[in-house]
Parts: sequence; structure tokens; C-alpha cells
Amino acid sequence: MPSPTRPQVVPAPASLTAAHSPAGLFAQYDLDRTYDEMFAAPGQARPQYQALLDELATVSLDDLRRRQIEADRAFLTQGITFTVYGDEQGTERIFPFDLLPRIVTAREWDTLERGLAQRLIAINLFLKDIYNEGRILAEGVVPRELVYSCRHYRREMRGVRVHRDVYVSVAGTDLVRLEDGRFVVLEDNLRVPSGVSYMLANRAVTKRVFPGLFNEYNVRPTAHYGQALLATLRALAPPDRPDPTIVVLTPGVGNSAYFEHAFLAREMGISLVEGRDLLVHDTIVYMRTTSGLRRVDVVYRRVDDDFLDPLAFRSDSHLGVAGLLNAYRAGNVSVVNAIGTGVADDKAIYAYVPAIIRFYLSEEPILPNVETYLCGNPSDKQYVLEHLDDLVVKAVGESGGYGMLVGPHSTAAQRDEFRTLIKAEPRNFIAQPTLALSRAACFVGSGVEPRHVDLRPYILYGEKVTIVPGGLTRVALRKGSLVVNSSQGGGSKDTWVLLE
Amino acid sequence: MLLSRVADALYWITRYLERAEHTARLIDIARDLGLDRAAAARPRAIERLYSGLGLPAEGERSLIHMALFDSSHRNSVAACVMAARENARQVREEISTDMWEQLNDLFLRVRKLQESSSGGRTHYVSRVIVEGVHLFAGITDATMGHSEGWQYLQAGRFLERAATTATLLDAFLVEKGDAGPAALDQADWVALLRSCSALEGYCRRYTADVRPERVTEFLLLDAECPRSVRFAATRLETALRAIARYTGHPSGGRAERLSGRLRASLDYGQVDEILSDDPHAYLTSVSRQCAQIHAAVYQSYVAYSIETALPA
Repeated sequence: MPSPTRPQVVPAPASLTAAHSPAGLFAQYDLDRTYDEMFAAPGQARPQYQALLDELATVSLDDLRRRQIEADRAFLTQGITFTVYGDEQGTERIFPFDLLPRIVTAREWDTLERGLAQRLIAINLFLKDIYNEGRILAEGVVPRELVYSCRHYRREMRGVRVHRDVYVSVAGTDLVRLEDGRFVVLEDNLRVPSGVSYMLANRAVTKRVFPGLFNEYNVRPTAHYGQALLATLRALAPPDRPDPTIVVLTPGVGNSAYFEHAFLAREMGISLVEGRDLLVHDTIVYMRTTSGLRRVDVVYRRVDDDFLDPLAFRSDSHLGVAGLLNAYRAGNVSVVNAIGTGVADDKAIYAYVPAIIRFYLSEEPILPNVETYLCGNPSDKQYVLEHLDDLVVKAVGESGGYGMLVGPHSTAAQRDEFRTLIKAEPRNFIAQPTLALSRAACFVGSGVEPRHVDLRPYILYGEKVTIVPGGLTRVALRKGSLVVNSSQGGGSKDTWVLLE
Repeated sequence: MLLSRVADALYWITRYLERAEHTARLIDIARDLGLDRAAAARPRAIERLYSGLGLPAEGERSLIHMALFDSSHRNSVAACVMAARENARQVREEISTDMWEQLNDLFLRVRKLQESSSGGRTHYVSRVIVEGVHLFAGITDATMGHSEGWQYLQAGRFLERAATTATLLDAFLVEKGDAGPAALDQADWVALLRSCSALEGYCRRYTADVRPERVTEFLLLDAECPRSVRFAATRLETALRAIARYTGHPSGGRAERLSGRLRASLDYGQVDEILSDDPHAYLTSVSRQCAQIHAAVYQSYVAYSIETALPA
């Protein structure tokens, strides 16, 4: 965080100083202008964190370290690892886990739940519209060229009938909390959002290391995510297939999220398949089993559009299934998420989501957006080029923290590189003010310190919108860092949504 | 229901491990034989063992190194263990965690040995591999459901065993450009038995009087020796019969039938007839039948053509 105000060291809460090590666990805990999830003011905990603080007052630093080791081991032995691209050496790593849960009150959750559902419903109406009559484009609410120039817009989806009109049925929306405590939407992940397995694994491990705390709190369970996802996928099966065969399609063991694909397949009790396990004959999708070909009705694909069908998209893809698009267009198989949803999480379209909500639902957005400059607009571009060192610049079609410039933390050379890139392809970039992400208490080995966090809840949409109460709280574990992506040195922690 | 790709990977895990174990045993025996011999007799004995591995004969040191650690050689122990692990990694979810950890551990140990170069430690290396493979087999039986997938692990192991034991026996019975088995001395036959962990079993059956026809009978036709061709063929048939039952596959009978035929010919084989007739032709036929069974497994369960498999 570029913190214009110097951080002040907070005197540790009285209840915490005396009990243990001389300096106290919270000796290095400082508050700055960002929203602190745990403390409302120096020494004054937010009510939902009091029981956690009381528990911490009873444990020693060594004890916390032991629990950290225990937790790390649990992740390692369960093989909960991810792969880092562009790293030649041992590519499997554990996603760093922070011991202390992040707590969301029932009230806060209620707003989030309503806001996320509203957003997803509107986005689905938008996708249906742009792939069919295009009302919103005709009325000029969203510029036509912005949609058609999007790399993830799929012409092939024009006029395709999507069952229940649900295009995005699994979304992972990134939220951050600003200085005033409001949650805002940072980005929508509407293609193949990942991370939900960490949400579930974090809960399982936290239960193990803080068993007592669960008695103090009324934490809403998340363990039924697998069932909820299965129900969602079932609801999306072609209507003439009453007992559908559902599969998870993974790019394979080399993919960074392979663990999650396998995990979800197991949670749902369905097959984990690769492209080479599937084939299409007469617009019917089959999987190759030892007992012969078996018809597949729903493909929960974790493969990007580009690689999904070499006949329709990238012909060099070995990950997909030749003919899948045709089978899909014929209505013989459901692909979840639908093809072409990436147009709605394009970071330039993102700027229009509030307008999209108003257009289709005639409602005000419950969750606000972050102010966004579209470099495709000449005046915005000018502003962005002049303020590169204050802004966060993002390539519109990227995700996972790739293709991003954090202005205040950048070098002159990086800014020059982005300046050239933006000038060459303005449509490809947006910029946002550098946000003061809220900070949550994290155990850093020598004590408890605040670190920047975001929140990614997972939203399901089959028959109706379902949100399992919780989410993945990602942590920028490096002190001061704002980048929470796992590929960029981020970690995560358990997220508790309280019943009341 | 099992994906064809998964069945294929499971089948190859155990085939590769069996091959690694077999090679490791032979290397150890070769080393032992080399030590017992007069220098002049050494090259021949070594050559014979390596022809049983399908390796070209060069120098002893480099051969041992090649057979153990040369990852570029398809049949080397290192390459086999690596291939087994890669197959297991592809189907990580289908095998138990204990199995994966054991196989991964074996892989890491082999890699470490590979780096530290094994001068003079052939016996140790061989033990590591044989034990590692045995441990994997035991863990497999104890921790994985004995379902259709498990049957593919069985099929791979015993098909490979039947084929390698037959090839090895062939290398001993057919002494190139020579007077045949009679040219071998007792130590060679003892070495052969030991390479199959069969010396003790042999002695209990026939006493320590080691004769070529008895060794052949024991390794080819014995029903109880776990490394004999007949024993392996029996287990193979059991596994393939179970698979045919699981899949209810219309053409699944072929692999089962071929393995049944191989087993039956071994059940009723007579060692004196085989030896007086043409042992080389007999053993070649065993190898050929193994190849046919492999092809039938593929045809029925893994790489079947779409047309034949489409629901009518």
C-alpha cells in the first residue's frame, strides 16, 4: 500500500500484553488508514473478533508455531498443491495458509449475498442479450465495439439456445473492502474460476487447529459445496436427459488447478476426464470407458474456451474435444460455464456492470464497482498515461495477476513498458486507482501482524442462485504487498460467515 | 465404470514396476556371477544375462550402469520407475495415497542413487528397487479397493512377469552357436534360480541337485513358484476374467480366452517334451501369446474403434 500516512504502532490490546511473551503477540500490529478487519481502533477489537482474541490470549507463540506446522503438514500430505507456470524447478507448491480466520458478520454477508446474486443475474441477462438480439447494444448502454472487439467474445455462440438461459453458473467474484468498510467488486471471474477447493480445505484445517473456537462461534458450514455444485450442474443438463452423466473436464495433471479438479470430481462423485477421454459422434458426446462408450450430458469444464474444441477454436489444442461445439449447439450436451462468458468479465466490460444491472433489473447495484478508466477512451487514456505511478493498470483479458502494473510499486522501466503497451493497444488496458485493501490479522511467525486481503465468494446458478456462505480470503503475505494471487506470492485463510 | 485412459495407466504402472524389478534382480546376479568366475568365463555369462534383458553387450561396468540408471534406455530401471510414476501421477485420484507415496518415494530414491553414481553398490541398489516394488505391491493389496482398477494392476504385473521369465529362460536354454544347455555349468542355473528368488523353493522341491530340466520345469510349469510362467499366467487369467465380468463387454472375451489358452498349455505342459522338441520355439510362442493378450486388452478396453463401440 502506498500509505501517505505513516503507519502508527498500536499499543497491543490490554488483554494480550500480559499473558505471554514479553512483547506480546501483537507487538508489531500497526493500524494505518486502511480498514482493519480485527480492530476498530487501537486496542479496540471489533465485536466478532473478541472470542478469537480471547483464545489467542491463552496460547503461546510456540504453540501457534506448532499449529502452523501442523496445518502446513496437513496441506502437504493431502497433496493440496498448485503449479507455478514459468518455474522450471519443482513446480508443485503448497498454497501458503494463514492460521487466523477472517470473520464476516451475518449482516455483512446478507449484503454480499444479495449483491452478488443481483450481479450474476444481470450478467447472465447481458450474455443472453449480446448473443441474441443485442438490445443493450442497440440502445447504446454498452458500446457495440467494446463487445465485438473483446477477445473472449465468441461469434459461434450467436443464436445458440442455452438451457435455462444460464451462461455463467459458476462464478468467483473478487471483492475488496475499502477504508470506509464497504465491500466493492474488483473483478468478476466468469470463465473457469478456481480456488474453491482451498476454501473447503482451509475450513477443514482450521477446524483441526482451532477446535475450541468453533464452540464459541456460530460459523455457517461450507462443506456442502460439492452437493450444491452437483445440483447446479444437474439443473443445467439437457431437458431430455433426466438422469444425466456429468463429468469434470480438466486440462490434465500439468494444470495449476489440477488438484482442485480432482477434488471437485471426488466431492461430487463424478468422473474426472481429460479431452482425450471424450469423443463426439453425430453431435453426441461420449467418454471412453472400459465398458465401452458412455454418453455424457454435462461437461463441467475447467478448460478455457480457446482450448475446448480444436475444430472451432485453437486448432493446436490437445486439451479439448473435437466437435464439442457442434454437440453443444445441437443441444445434446451442456457445457458449464457456457462458451463465450469471458466477454462479461473482460475488464473493460466490467466498468459497465452497474449500468448493466440498471438496464436489465431496473435496480441500483447493491455492490459498487471500483472506479475504472478505459484506455480505449481517448480522454481516459490520457489520464492513465499521465498518472501511471498512482494507478493499477490491468490487461483486460488476463487473470491471475498476470499482465498487471501496480503503479506505486513499479519501476520507471516497468511504467515505460506499460506506456508503450497501452499506446499500441489502448482497448486492451484499463486502470483503477490503487486501492487501500483492508487488512486482516495474520500469524507471521514472530507474532500477529495485519496483511492486505481480498475475498472471493463462489456463486452458483442453476435453477436459482446459491452462494455457499464463505469464500476464499486471499492474503498478500509479503508485508505491504497488495497482490494476493497465489501465482504471485499470496496465501489464503479461512473465512467464517457467522450465523448471527 | 472406469475410463479407458485410467485402465491403461494402471496397467502400465505395474508392468513398468515388474520390469524394473526384473532388471534389478538380473543386474545383481550378473554382478555375483562375475565375481565367482574365472576372468575368461565372465564375458559369456554376463552376455547371456543381458541378452535376457534385450540389451547390447558392451563392458560390464557400462552395462550395469546402463541397465540401472540410463534414463534414455527405455528398459533401464530408472526409466521404468520414472514411467511407472508418471502413469501413477496421471491417475493419482484412482490409487490410494499410500500407493502414491510409496511409488514417489521409490522414484526419489532411484533419482538420488542415479546422481550419486553407484560404483560397487550394485547389490544395494538392486535391493532398494526390489524391496520398493514389493512394498508397492503389498500396499496396493492392502489399501486399494479390489475393484476393476485393481484388476488392471494385477494384469499388468503378471503379464509382464510371464513374458520376462520366458525371455530369460530362453536366454539360458539357447546358448548361441553352442552345444545348448549342456554347455552351462551348475553355477549358471543356480544364478538363474536366484534371479527369480526361486532357489530355496527349488531346493525344497528337488533338493540342491540343480539340473537344467528341473530348473526349466520349476520356472516354467510350477504352479506354486510365484515367479514361474504358469503361476503368472494363472493370475493373469484370473484378472482378465474379472475385468470381462466387470465390463460385460461383448468382445471382452478375447483377452480372457487367450490368457486361458496360455494357462492351459502350461497346466498340461511336459518339460521333457518341451526340451526334446524345440524349447526356443515353445518359449517364443509364450512371448508371442503374451503380446497377443496385450493387444486383445487394448482392443477390448482401451483403444477400441468407435464404430464397434457405439450403442446400437
